[in-house]
Amino acid sequence: MEDLLFELQLVMPQVILGVINGAFYALLSLGLAVIFGMLNVINFSHGAQFTLGAFVAWMMLAYLGIGYWPALLLAPLVVGALGILMERTMIARLYKLDHLYGLLLTFGCALVIEGLLRNGFGSSGQRYAPPPEFAAFDLELGDFFLPGYRVWVLIAASLMCLVTWLVIEKTKVGSYLRAATERPQLVQAFGINVPLMMTLTYGAGVALAAFAGVLAAPVYSVSPAMGANFIITVFAVVVIGGMGSIMGSIVTGFMLGLVQGITEVVYPEASQTVVFLIMAVVLLTRPAGLFGRA
Amino acid sequence: MTLDRRSMIKGAAGAATLPALSGLPFRSARAQAANTIRIGVLNDQSGLYRDLSGPGSTQAVRLAIQESGITQRGVTVEVVQADHQNRPDVGSTVVRQWLDRDGIDVVVDVPTSSVALATNNLVRERNKVFLNSGAATSDLTGAACSPNTIHWTYDTWMLAQSTGGAMVRAGGRSWFFITADYAFGHALERDSAAFVRSQGGEILGSVRTPFPGTTDFSSFLQQAQRSRAQVIGLANAGGDTINSIKQAAEFRITRGGRTKLAGLLVFVTDVHSLGLEVAQGLVLSETFYWDLNDKTRAFTQRLGAMPGGVRPSMVQAGCYASVLHYMKAVGDMGVAAAKASGADAVARMKAMPASDDCFGEGTIRADGRKLHPCYLFEVKQPSESRGAWDYYKLLGTTPADQAFRPIGEGGCALVRS
Repeated sequence: MEDLLFELQLVMPQVILGVINGAFYALLSLGLAVIFGMLNVINFSHGAQFTLGAFVAWMMLAYLGIGYWPALLLAPLVVGALGILMERTMIARLYKLDHLYGLLLTFGCALVIEGLLRNGFGSSGQRYAPPPEFAAFDLELGDFFLPGYRVWVLIAASLMCLVTWLVIEKTKVGSYLRAATERPQLVQAFGINVPLMMTLTYGAGVALAAFAGVLAAPVYSVSPAMGANFIITVFAVVVIGGMGSIMGSIVTGFMLGLVQGITEVVYPEASQTVVFLIMAVVLLTRPAGLFGRA
Repeated sequence: MTLDRRSMIKGAAGAATLPALSGLPFRSARAQAANTIRIGVLNDQSGLYRDLSGPGSTQAVRLAIQESGITQRGVTVEVVQADHQNRPDVGSTVVRQWLDRDGIDVVVDVPTSSVALATNNLVRERNKVFLNSGAATSDLTGAACSPNTIHWTYDTWMLAQSTGGAMVRAGGRSWFFITADYAFGHALERDSAAFVRSQGGEILGSVRTPFPGTTDFSSFLQQAQRSRAQVIGLANAGGDTINSIKQAAEFRITRGGRTKLAGLLVFVTDVHSLGLEVAQGLVLSETFYWDLNDKTRAFTQRLGAMPGGVRPSMVQAGCYASVLHYMKAVGDMGVAAAKASGADAVARMKAMPASDDCFGEGTIRADGRKLHPCYLFEVKQPSESRGAWDYYKLLGTTPADQAFRPIGEGGCALVRS
């Protein structure tokens, strides 16, 4: 029994840290899934929009003195508005074409956004201190120290995932959204403004990425590459969960964070690769993903 | 057109090579002009090492050309730059095209040891010149040494002895390494571990972190802490080091004062990004600091505003100094001879004493190692810093003849023959 307790003490911190990283994966892949489900666009600028969220929060603090809490609301709104602008001016022109065009366009946009940030602010990254009030929630479990802010990340991300899921699955707007995903022409015939809904959906998906970016700002260095490091893994999460599946992306996000956390102890060299190994296995056995419909 | 796997792979592969190729000149027709020296600056233009090398290195190279006075003698010098994205395959492709098609005579900088080792081979095969400033691996003047390569600024052995030595002297006898999983990290861990053992210390373990792409180091830091080592050695660089140190502070890894953090390779740009609040007290080694003396300050002034608003790093200073010295050799032996044989040009550089504002007086050894003093710095507290980029106080200086690995111990074939 004591042995088991000891083992648990060793593994628990890794499990907790893994799940916290999984929260970021879940939030990001959720936004991707919402956008893909509604617009049929593979949003390759998702990572750059995550970065933009962190940068906008940093700029608000550095230039305007706007703190963390207002930024948590304002930065996603600003970046979401930029997303809407991008959808109206560019992405909307590509709906009739193949997926690949949307993918290339958004990938190009990501390169432009990251390049502009690099030219303006360099690559080393800016500092964004976590708000001091979280220090009160710091946890100390023996040797293991868990900063209060990371606990908050887990709570905030989980809540946001839950809210998004509820909106899509349980509300009237959500039912329109789901219907429009299946039969856009029919839904439009019922008098619902489908193009407007698509625009707002893209804006909301982008805002989710920016929200994750603000959450990440105090944890990681706010640098132009911070999203690019995440996005590859997040795409694997979406593929594993099933393209467009809301529940799939949430569950898979947390799950893969956990798997990665454990791999970081067992065989650290493979902690990036393990995600793609799982992706390969899932694609071979269930090509539509764990939660996708074939 | 449908979205199948093949078109995805094609698209991704095309997208991956585009940024690398965009830096290449397409002018092979006039590639062989006899009195033109072509310099290619190859480094990280977009990732975690951009601020410490990147376009700032190119700016330093241009300053060196201008100050060498070589153009007043009727020699034309052209400079191109490219992004290797920290990937040996991308870097090798660029270097091959430069040497085989574009008539590049000198490759400069090349941080990221894995790319540097690949470049080292390609330049040697084609008898051109490789002036390395950015890479750390001591293998460049050891097992992989080449008559065409000069390793200018610093190396893993130097860092291990200087920073590692300071930590051991302060009582840090047991070590755990967090190592970037590629040639550089391995070399830095190897040289540091050897040094710690030679001083009677012990190595309790290490963890290898995927490179590039690791952003969260909290799990690795926890493992290091659990080993109960007195020193956690960070065998990584740039953005990896920044995230490691930042998260070590977040997780209070050094609380209680039992564990210390040793940043084995920390650049001034990293300290700037971290901020003094987090970085204060950190002990680190560099061979150049912009605010070291009047000459380094004058150099910084002449260099002018840098991309991203940074002050020059030792890597950028090394690009300046090595190109300045190369131009002296070219002026001495003539453009034709320098272009005809890279090995001859490097031999001439070794025969001449070096002198510049960044590293002072120095010499180049037979194995290609440039010798100059190494400085041990401590990062200032916020209250001690008097202005922008006032970050270091000098703790000690290792003289040039002791700062680097003794020439007989590297296993360089050039030395034995």
